[in-house]
Amino acid sequence: MPEPNAILNNPELAGGTREQDLIARVQRGQHELFYELVQPFERRVYAAALAILRNEADAEDVAQEAVLKALANIRQFRAEARFSTWLIQIAVNEALMRRRRERTRSVESIDDHRDEESEYKPREFADWREIPSEALERKEVRQKLAEALASLDHKYREVFMLRDMEQLNIQETAEALGISIASVKTRLLRARLMLRDLLAVGWQQGWFSREPMGKGNKPW
Amino acid sequence: MVVNCEQVWREISNYLEGETDPALRAAMDDHFCTCKACASVLAGTRNVTALYGDERMIEVPAGFSRRLEKKIAQGVRSEKSGWSTWSAWLVPVAALVLIGVGVRVANSVTLNPPLKSEHADPGHDIPPDMPVVVSVATRTFHVAGCDFIHNKETVRTMKASEAIREGYVPCVRCMRKYLSVAGLPVGLDADALTAEEALKETEGD
Repeated sequence: MPEPNAILNNPELAGGTREQDLIARVQRGQHELFYELVQPFERRVYAAALAILRNEADAEDVAQEAVLKALANIRQFRAEARFSTWLIQIAVNEALMRRRRERTRSVESIDDHRDEESEYKPREFADWREIPSEALERKEVRQKLAEALASLDHKYREVFMLRDMEQLNIQETAEALGISIASVKTRLLRARLMLRDLLAVGWQQGWFSREPMGKGNKPW
Repeated sequence: MVVNCEQVWREISNYLEGETDPALRAAMDDHFCTCKACASVLAGTRNVTALYGDERMIEVPAGFSRRLEKKIAQGVRSEKSGWSTWSAWLVPVAALVLIGVGVRVANSVTLNPPLKSEHADPGHDIPPDMPVVVSVATRTFHVAGCDFIHNKETVRTMKASEAIREGYVPCVRCMRKYLSVAGLPVGLDADALTAEEALKETEGD
């Protein structure tokens, strides 16, 4: 049990304690505190929905529904799980349900299997340097990265988003999507390699240089 | 252990996850030192995970937070108004229950009030073997010779216990001794025959 001062001096511990305190209070009926509890994760909830639905309006709608569903079921939340993971899993479920309602995927699933059976081989072998994270300050860079991600087939995009953007672990990703751990690993490898190739093109075309991208310098 | 490029590509994701066994990891490390293409694949994949893992990559539409906060507030309000609806129902229901209980309690008092009329008094301590005259028409029983026996053509003689069992009530005049109203003993009426006198008269006959 950490000392009280240790908690105050350690933002991570203090944050965890604050979150636990908020959860307990909301579970006791202080629902007006719920936004304070979900606010740190609202962007991740939206991103999870967007990665599945690829439509901003639908993603926002689902994010709101997921948050309200979490509120309605807050008493079922158990402290063994991370609150953020629980919340994101609800959002993923809601988004998957909406997608199922809106379209049939029988043809797609045949393609899914064929894609996973064949190995993906990297195509670009340019000499890479580490891309400075400051590059993300530029909206156009973020836009290019978002477009590259959106161009992936949904099964790769979803796994990549949950593991590499939402920071769920492999097991949690498998549970959220209802697929095996082996499938998560296969899809994750493929998603990372495909994005790497897409970004390599951008690297050659100067996306990540300090200069803004010029007109006509579009990679695809 | 020696690995080729294709084995490296297959395992690169697990390598980044730290999920390769130590021997394979060491072999891959050796490979990266000598293979520029695989070093490029590793560097590029690391860039991918670093860039997409950055918080700034998650952009929400303008006004998203405000709208979400509003939606939650609405949800909380509707939950509470759901409770209000319940409580709005609860108030009249509780009132009805209280009224019902009140009526029942009142009835238990008013339906079994202390007798206010001596005519309905069943009497007490009446000797069960005492001979009485019952008047069928008035549903009363009397000591023999009572002036208040009406419809004398319908009278019968029986024991007091039988008369009480058949639902007859004592005469308020001749049986006054055995009556009480509102729990208070009623004095003997000077005009009426006492039960003892009537009994003596009956025995004398």
